[in-house]
Amino acid sequence: MTEAIPHNPVEPFLRVDRMPHIWCPGCGIGTTVNCFTRALLESKVDLNRVAVVSGIGCTGRVAGYARLDSFHTTHGRAIPFATGLKLANPGLEVVVYSGDGDLTAIGGNHLIHAARRNIDIKVICVNNMIYAMTGGQTAPTTPATAITSTAPYGAFEPSFNLVQLAESAGASYVARWTTYHVRQLSRSMSEMFQKRGFCFIEVLSPCPTLYQRRNKLGDGLDTMKYYKEAGKIRHGAPTSEAVLTKQGEILLGKFVDRDRPDYLELMRRQLYEQLGDRYQEAEVPVCA
Amino acid sequence: MHADPKGVLTGVHFLDGDHACCEGALAAGARFAAGYPITPSTEVVERFAARIPTVGGLFVQMEDELAASIAIQGAVWGGAKAFTVTSGPGFSLMMEHIGYAAMTETPCVFVDVQRGGPSTGLPTLPAQADMMQARWGSHGDYGMIALCPNSPQECFDLTIQAFNLSEQFRTPVMVMLDECVGHMTEKVVIPPAEQIEIYPRRHTAEPPDRYQPYAPAEDLVPAMAHAGEGYRFHVTGLTHDERGYPSMNVETQDRLVRRLQAKLRPLAEGLELFAASDLGDAEVAVVSYGITSRVAKRALQLARERGVRAGEFRIISAWPFPEDRLRALAGRVKALIVPELNLGQMVYEVERAAAGQARVRGVPHAGGGVHDPEQILAAILEAVR
Amino acid sequence: MRLTEIRIAGFGGQGVILAATIIGKAAAIFQGGYATMTQSFGPEARGGSSSAQVILSDEPILYPYVHRPDVLVVMSQEAFTRFAPELKPGGLLLVEQDLVRVTGLPTGLRVYGVPATRLAEELGRKMVLNVVLVGFFGAVTGLLDPDALRRAVADSVPAGFRELNLQAFEKGFAHGLSLLATMARNGETEVSPVALEEEG
Repeated sequence: MTEAIPHNPVEPFLRVDRMPHIWCPGCGIGTTVNCFTRALLESKVDLNRVAVVSGIGCTGRVAGYARLDSFHTTHGRAIPFATGLKLANPGLEVVVYSGDGDLTAIGGNHLIHAARRNIDIKVICVNNMIYAMTGGQTAPTTPATAITSTAPYGAFEPSFNLVQLAESAGASYVARWTTYHVRQLSRSMSEMFQKRGFCFIEVLSPCPTLYQRRNKLGDGLDTMKYYKEAGKIRHGAPTSEAVLTKQGEILLGKFVDRDRPDYLELMRRQLYEQLGDRYQEAEVPVCA
Repeated sequence: MHADPKGVLTGVHFLDGDHACCEGALAAGARFAAGYPITPSTEVVERFAARIPTVGGLFVQMEDELAASIAIQGAVWGGAKAFTVTSGPGFSLMMEHIGYAAMTETPCVFVDVQRGGPSTGLPTLPAQADMMQARWGSHGDYGMIALCPNSPQECFDLTIQAFNLSEQFRTPVMVMLDECVGHMTEKVVIPPAEQIEIYPRRHTAEPPDRYQPYAPAEDLVPAMAHAGEGYRFHVTGLTHDERGYPSMNVETQDRLVRRLQAKLRPLAEGLELFAASDLGDAEVAVVSYGITSRVAKRALQLARERGVRAGEFRIISAWPFPEDRLRALAGRVKALIVPELNLGQMVYEVERAAAGQARVRGVPHAGGGVHDPEQILAAILEAVR
Repeated sequence: MRLTEIRIAGFGGQGVILAATIIGKAAAIFQGGYATMTQSFGPEARGGSSSAQVILSDEPILYPYVHRPDVLVVMSQEAFTRFAPELKPGGLLLVEQDLVRVTGLPTGLRVYGVPATRLAEELGRKMVLNVVLVGFFGAVTGLLDPDALRRAVADSVPAGFRELNLQAFEKGFAHGLSLLATMARNGETEVSPVALEEEG
């Protein structure tokens, strides 16, 4: 018998027994997962040491499809769960993979505090500008005038500029791409695995079922065209300029790449300074 | 197995309940705590923050109780024993994650130092009004274990037991202090590590390719693996099958949710914790827990001095509730008196257990202090008149 | 020892809680009895006032709070005004005599004064006034074995301050003994508040 040939090079990274996935045709989340698996492959991290933590929502389902240690947590709390996981077991590479509503509305407080502490976790935030799982409600990322199910006459709240938020809260690495820019996204994800500290990648992704349809913006392919035309790559651009508007220009690139001591380094330094030899560095806790 | 001596502060100490609770957690092997400051519970984590760097582990002060109550669960899946500590308003915020721990079978301990409520209520004064919240606070069906210490010594002992039960049954366990017990200082004896029994984590013996994260053992409790060990398992708060995969149907829901309750049955059917005294000839019994059990005992002394045949039934494990024991007791006495620092919570459980065999009378107290023993005595005297 | 209820009260920073802890520890750990200590928290403990309660007994203590103390130790006028009316008839009132003016007391209380702050200052550290008071308490009440109290003092303070605190204890203890002796010579069973004021 010949060895089974994988249908797709990313198969070893996925729980094939869970396919088909729940994402709609034209949705960009699968594309980001593809990039993620490529990044894992390229950066040669030990897959047994990678844990994916998700919250709730369409992107929250990524954890369930990744053939890694994976945790599908509660709405908004992927980051604090990841914080506990990382601090208790620093040898793990902890990736938080979730959506804009989950990470920046209900989980917004955790996002800024994890960035402030510079916890060594890697956050991939798929931004489809809407609450998709629950049927297309307004998110903190929904641009003004866009129609949602809870803003049937158009959104009017100012929206978050996520890359600026992450930078000002203290993130060590901040980038933004779209699901059209798969090579760059993949590269950014690989780069993130080389960084120590809080990393944040925002990925703009279409939700053809809810955002694009309701706003008469066509399908997934039309959105790719929009990303291609409106996307302007400017590495190192000030994040304050990276404001997103409905169908406006999209500033892309790696905006922040700085070295700050991470939480554990600061903690160890302080405790060692104060306690000297009395300080017991936490062992990787393994209960008998 | 025995406790790791690194965490055990063997000796005779003069500690308050909060500090004793922290020592219990350290002795039990807790090496991770996450918390958010809230009176009257903060002393537990303050002591942990001071002690843990020399024991080997860490404390992280999170941005709120939502974060603290899920960070500990991340730590558990990373391999640590972990707990968090709070009081009323924070306990309310933690409810979702008590449900998550129940659903994902994450062994962890929640300490609630009860204060007067509702809302901000009485931050510095005692109550016992979170008892039903401890049982039913998170949505959905699940089993619960909640222990009620009545002294700093028991804060130490029962915190160890809470960790042990959480590991044995893979379930969140509540330690329900009240402000009075938490802030009361008494002698606390911490035995040598080799005299402290520890229930080890139920780690799977299966290799990764044969491991099913939610396949229950004979006692209905599945074995765990930790992140980073190569098992590549999935954990979700969604209804899940034995593989840990979401499975949204009636059959899976029924199988899973019934098991979450049924796995605690051995505890409910005989292992539950209670203390009884003077019940042999009693025609009336006082049923109480936490600080109120001490005030009740004083009232019982006064009753006995007056020749009233009154006895004590002290609930140590509120959940599972010692239903069968109380049913049997109700068959032998005229009345059960239930004083508690709330306007009626456990009294309804007692009433349910008594099933009409004996009169059940609550002695409610809105909290902010403890009963006057005379109040409880009056209820005892009234019951035997 | 029969059940004895004690309240200690004063300003925040006078070491009220530590004084209560030492007394409780002496009874519960170094003398083999039982002790329960509680303290006032929150608004009650802010605004400059501080108060602790200790119950001592040969048997396990059930009810944890003190409502009618057998012994009241006060280190501030405010504490005196607030808590003196609670003293049990025949109870003992111990005061920091330079800080408390004893007035309007019902008869039948026994009042003992000590210039604890001054005695502490003689040791060069005003902050040990609480331990001076503990020593005074030990001598005047005779409730606890003085050695148990000494061990509790040593066990409750930082190593670097152990000697100083033990000296403070002895100073308070000696003051108490000499006061008792003077009173015995004069055939008194209590110090009148007036006498205290004059002494101050």
